[in-house]
Amino acid sequence: MLSFLLNRLAVLVPVFFGVTLLAFGFIRILPGDPVETLAGERGMSAEQYNIIMTQLGFDKPIWEQYFDYIVGILQGDFGTSVLTNRPVIDEFMELFPATVELGLCAIIFAIVVGLPAGIFAAVKRRTFYDQGIMGVSLIGYSMPIFWWGLLLIILFSNILGMTPVSGRISFFYDVDTVTGFLLIDSLLSDEDGAFWSALHHLVLPSIVLGTIPLAIIARQTRSAMLEVLSEDYVRTARAKGLGPLRIYGLHALRNAMITVVTVIGLQVGVLLAGAILTETIFSWPGIGKWIIFSVFSRDYFAVQGGLVLIAMCVMAVNLVVDLTYGLINPRILHTR
Amino acid sequence: MSENNNDQNSNQVGETRRQLAEFWFYFSENKTAVIGLAFMVGVLFMALFADVISPHDPSEQYREFFEAPPAWVEGGSSRFLLGTDYAGRDMLSRIIHGSRLSLMAGGIVILICLTFGIIIGLTAAYFRGIVETLIMRIMDTILSVPGLLMALVLVAVLGPGLVNAMIAISITYLPYFVRLTRASAISEASREYVVASRVAGAGRLRIMFITILPNCMAPLIVQATLSFSTAILDTAALGFLGMGAQPPQPEWGTLIAENRDLMLSAPWTVTFPGLAILLAVLAINLLGDGLRDALDPRLKRS
Repeated sequence: MLSFLLNRLAVLVPVFFGVTLLAFGFIRILPGDPVETLAGERGMSAEQYNIIMTQLGFDKPIWEQYFDYIVGILQGDFGTSVLTNRPVIDEFMELFPATVELGLCAIIFAIVVGLPAGIFAAVKRRTFYDQGIMGVSLIGYSMPIFWWGLLLIILFSNILGMTPVSGRISFFYDVDTVTGFLLIDSLLSDEDGAFWSALHHLVLPSIVLGTIPLAIIARQTRSAMLEVLSEDYVRTARAKGLGPLRIYGLHALRNAMITVVTVIGLQVGVLLAGAILTETIFSWPGIGKWIIFSVFSRDYFAVQGGLVLIAMCVMAVNLVVDLTYGLINPRILHTR
Repeated sequence: MSENNNDQNSNQVGETRRQLAEFWFYFSENKTAVIGLAFMVGVLFMALFADVISPHDPSEQYREFFEAPPAWVEGGSSRFLLGTDYAGRDMLSRIIHGSRLSLMAGGIVILICLTFGIIIGLTAAYFRGIVETLIMRIMDTILSVPGLLMALVLVAVLGPGLVNAMIAISITYLPYFVRLTRASAISEASREYVVASRVAGAGRLRIMFITILPNCMAPLIVQATLSFSTAILDTAALGFLGMGAQPPQPEWGTLIAENRDLMLSAPWTVTFPGLAILLAVLAINLLGDGLRDALDPRLKRS
């Protein structure tokens, strides 16, 4: 296990430096002078210019700048937003729970619907049900989610009036931030109905963000189940006269889960990319909307910091997925 | 000698024809894949002859027909089958012309990815050692940033626009092509026919591109097809966010973005461009699944 962990870390370290190099280079290859971009349209005097150059360390040799940048990151300094003049890490941490909450709800939705659908399709292989489920999941997989979100808003918010259009909670409620997760915070607060409002606001964004992972999970679960169902131990279970629930639920599913867990873990990247679109459509105050806003307002230091932070999240989750995979499938630990 | 050459040539032609026939035999078994193919041929036709097919000029503004509904809705006119947008432009014509941009974007992205993916992947597979490690870590770095975010950041550097969006998307897809090429090239490299050609005195380039590469093509073609559809999706997403094709270019994602404010009063301006994206992507994915089953029976999903 330890050597497996070290092996994974040995790959992560160069990737970490790659990402920092990318983020570091990003500001420097942007068209135009970063300091002038900072000044915006107001312009600045040559003195001010020099002061800011020194402040940002742009007057030092490039390798020294990179070294300082890395040292900063290791100490938790991801730069300062030009727009708000606050540390990027603070802004990120403030908005991150909103994205995590949305992402978790989306992946739960995807698993709760996708897993049974995939199992059912595999069990009913080559029937109408199988083809129907696979057809729908291929449509889900092909879905432009920004359009899907707009369609759902037209239908559920406008025509049926069932769900709110944007935001995390109705503005009638004033919930204190404790954990940053509104579902939990609203339960902790004594505001009546705040929890329901928060839950209401989560429904459409979760469906939109969960659609593609749902389709992927359903397809992968089906093929993992099909592979397992042809194994000898499943035949043995059948021969012993076990009921379908025990055969599929216990003997087959547990082994199919090895693949499925990995697939679920790999959705983190999909979710973060999807969050950019979903949060934009639903005005969800999370990381995705923030980074789009930063790109548009040319707050490049925020984009730079956000890039590294998001990449670090993806790397961390991938590491956890790798380790989980190693734990539930011990064979993989010994192949290296 | 020349007769011998001719013989070889005609043999090769026959061989290719036989392979094609075999491929079609497996491919045509999959009815949905054939439907996907037919649909895409239709879209391609639409894109090629957009000027002839589309009933109106896509940028012509009919001032007396702002936000006219589709023909079958009350108040719609048969002049504008899918209605008009906020500026009185015919939606159908804009969508037809948009197919050009989307297909072109998808096509150019996979062309870039195939070209550089193959060159970089083969280089990694052939030289191994430090070159390989360096290449693969760079690819891992690109993969550690979610695709759309990476594309956004690259477009921020290059400047918004359709061409830059295509370049940015290509870079985010490149790692998949490099990994695939490298993996299949490495597994091919130890085969006997490669050793044989090396013993026969073939040079590095010949071994890489003429001996090994053709045997790695099947998974690459499948990957290219599937990337074609995601490239259309991502181009549309960037267009929707305002970082891809810029209005008045009728790219499908851009169409949705520019009509987003009309979403409730004139839903057809948003619905149809999105439907076009969905159908095109769906058709290509069906096609891709069929290709995978036909080209690589080992991967065949039962």
